[in-house]
Amino acid sequence: MELGEQISRSGNCDSNSKGDCFVSIELKQSGGVNFELESKVKVFYGKSIEKLCRSILAFFSIENVVIAIKDNGALPYVIAARIEVAVKQLITSEKEFLFDFIPENLYESNQDRFRFSRLYLPGNTPYMMLNAGLHKPNGIILDLEDAVAITKKNEARYIVRNALRTQNFYGAERMVRINQGELGIEDLAFIVPHNVHVILVPKCESATDIHRVEEEISRIKKRKDLMQDIFLMPIIESALGVENAFEIASASRNIVAMAIGLEDYTADLGVQRTNTGTESLYARMRVVNACRAVRIQAIDSVFSDVGDMEALVENVKRSKSLGFQGMGCIHPRQISVVHENFAPNWNEIERAKKIVNAFHEAEKNGLAVVSVGTKMVDPPVVKQQLKVLELAISLGILSKDWRSEYVG
Amino acid sequence: MVPTEINGQVVIPYMGVGKFVPKKRKYNSYISTNADFPADGNKKVKNLKEALQKAGLVNGMRISTHHHFRDGDLLANRVFDIAHEMGVKGLIWFPSASFPCHEHLIPYLEDGTISRIEGSMNGPLGKYCSEGKMKGVAVLRSHGGRYQAIQDGEVHIDIAIIGAACADPFGNANGLNGKSASGLLGFALADSQFADRVIVATDNMVAFPCVPWQIQGNYVDFTVEMDQIGIPERIISGTTQITKSPDRLLIAELTARFCEEAGIIKDGFSFQAGAGGTSLAIGEFFARIMKEKGIKARFARGGSNKYLVQMLEEGLVEYILDGQTFDLEGVRSMRENPNHVWTSPFTSYNYHGKGNFAGMVDVAILGATEVDVNFNANVVTHSDGYLLHGIGGWQNCLFSKTVILPIPLFRNRIPVVREEVTTICGPGELIDVIVTERGIAINPLRNDLLRKLKESNLPIKSIHELKKEAEEICGVMEKCVLSDEIVAAIKWVDGTVIDVVRKVLLEEID
Repeated sequence: MELGEQISRSGNCDSNSKGDCFVSIELKQSGGVNFELESKVKVFYGKSIEKLCRSILAFFSIENVVIAIKDNGALPYVIAARIEVAVKQLITSEKEFLFDFIPENLYESNQDRFRFSRLYLPGNTPYMMLNAGLHKPNGIILDLEDAVAITKKNEARYIVRNALRTQNFYGAERMVRINQGELGIEDLAFIVPHNVHVILVPKCESATDIHRVEEEISRIKKRKDLMQDIFLMPIIESALGVENAFEIASASRNIVAMAIGLEDYTADLGVQRTNTGTESLYARMRVVNACRAVRIQAIDSVFSDVGDMEALVENVKRSKSLGFQGMGCIHPRQISVVHENFAPNWNEIERAKKIVNAFHEAEKNGLAVVSVGTKMVDPPVVKQQLKVLELAISLGILSKDWRSEYVG
Repeated sequence: MVPTEINGQVVIPYMGVGKFVPKKRKYNSYISTNADFPADGNKKVKNLKEALQKAGLVNGMRISTHHHFRDGDLLANRVFDIAHEMGVKGLIWFPSASFPCHEHLIPYLEDGTISRIEGSMNGPLGKYCSEGKMKGVAVLRSHGGRYQAIQDGEVHIDIAIIGAACADPFGNANGLNGKSASGLLGFALADSQFADRVIVATDNMVAFPCVPWQIQGNYVDFTVEMDQIGIPERIISGTTQITKSPDRLLIAELTARFCEEAGIIKDGFSFQAGAGGTSLAIGEFFARIMKEKGIKARFARGGSNKYLVQMLEEGLVEYILDGQTFDLEGVRSMRENPNHVWTSPFTSYNYHGKGNFAGMVDVAILGATEVDVNFNANVVTHSDGYLLHGIGGWQNCLFSKTVILPIPLFRNRIPVVREEVTTICGPGELIDVIVTERGIAINPLRNDLLRKLKESNLPIKSIHELKKEAEEICGVMEKCVLSDEIVAAIKWVDGTVIDVVRKVLLEEID
């Protein structure tokens, strides 16, 4: 093969791709590294970009190339991801050019944390990741699946891997949605070693889908000597998935939540998705029921009209009333609406206070039966109301020692 | 270091806020006599060229125009087309601001028709100037500083050309009625009062009297009727839409919450916010808080726009004191509502007066291209040295009781909070709060605010922490090297020179 023909390309640089860059590399037989940079920030970062570029090429033992970068304010981890992809189109290498973890990203998650909101971000659009955590979603999902064009799947993996290490998540649960099938299994190597908390498994139709993902996760964990739990969130998006909801929900103890994806589900049924959602009521209830049966969180589909906040409020209220405990977001402005409406409202809190207070009073007076007014209250109801208050306290909408000020 | 001479004229370097004390009388124009003017009051001449000829246009004169037509201005360009036809050279253009539409004038800067521009420059002219292509040094002033320079006699205007949406043959004029309506004509007030010759041009000539007379015909030498003086859709700014960017909305929300917690939003308060997308969003958040708490503002300073007008009409604001109208709703409201009042740089901003309105405003919300760790801020240049924006009323508004700059911590990898700003336009002692998406920094001089926000849940940080955070994300910037050559001077509100802009070094092409 003629060496002069070996040119590789990676990344994006058009007017829409702020914070990104386009890299092309041409292998040569001699002449060393020839570096060309076109960038709006060349005056400020020209030298450091060149240094980064040369250190990556040296890391992969590439000596003679013409490398051209068209940059639009990309951060170093983005530039590095773009270069690494281009390099690996030219040579075969098992090595990975990894940045150190920023300390802010070294935190763990746990099974029971809130998952009211999770913000979807396209895995190949680094600019959108920059401030995502500032909007305080419970979780941030870097999406390798539907939000990434089929020709960009590989590039996105490197962005997501680097982002998991160096892009501050500001305390949000760190999630990645992998692709369906084999592509998704290949995705795992790019995320499992990088402190991902939850992996979203799309278009789940059976327990086997989960087992396949778990096997690969275990293999990678073993190889990399990783200890921490990696949680799973299957997404049910088909009629078959709905029928197998319980089987899927109980497929692994690492499943912490299960979501429903209504765009694909309604397509599978051959019906229109409506705001009221009558067409998916059966599916949603089936998913909620399966989740409750195995004590995991039931998560609702995203609401796609980002301009209509009133419709979103209605949607969240309906979702909560069906038993869902969270919802996907596709725009940061949806987050606070989702939080406010999934959180216990004033009436719910007052009711819970009344019942829980009566319970404490009964206990104090040595009574076995709790009653509010003329109504008797069963123990499971008390337990449920205690949970409402716990939730309100942890959300900061109720003081921890509310009983000290409580006037019945 | 700033020079002591610019364009052959002695200038005084900046001394500090309120330190420079002028000790002379104001400038004034020649005494006119009615005997020299038509007895019937009809000062109409055939066309603009005739007006300029009669006004005595010759080489080296200083020609002023105003910017109420914004990017839809046709008049300034037409004036210099005529000057070019007449073969006049070496003119100084003294606009109240320039816009991208004035790129039309670059050939006249090249061929010597115009020797230099003294005024805030936006876009292409700024770039031209930054690259050292303009013959003289540009002088940038705030809106108030422009009035001050004219009244103090620092700047002598030979001919003022005042475009007006409506005028009568005597020269009374306003910006309220007609196809080129821009609301008011406040930026042209000083020009009408102090220029040697004053021309009023309109595309809507009405019989005497043109009321209200925002410009008084008694100052006017000639009137001209033209087919078109502006492009209406560009006179009305396209930026008067609330931002949809989640990050900017976050900054706006933090700003409004800060004002709420600091106790600034209270009954009878006053505020000024610009017409940018973030400022408009802050106005919306203000309105929400005010409605919730039943609070009314005594007055708001414009740039007015449909959102502010809505607050006026809903009774959330009692008066709008308007400096320029940004959209048709603003124009309509000013025309119909006596509580929507037109102001001028004299009433609002002039520092060499017996006070002005800007100082009475409780909170001013402004922008900046850069802020340094001492809260000094830049509004004219970008970090690469390019002069791309004017000062506007920005410096004047710094005298408000609390000045807040809501800004992103960085823009496309370029930190906004820095060790040093490229150009100082406003001293840090007048800038109280920086609100970014990643935290709010309060100037240590504002102990009162620090105390009030001590228990707040808002992300209060030090400005050094913000700077560090920007650098951790973006990287530490390499120093941008500029030439020694001065291309523009930045005047402070009292006429002293606070900083200069230096020529950018263009990359050598191999």
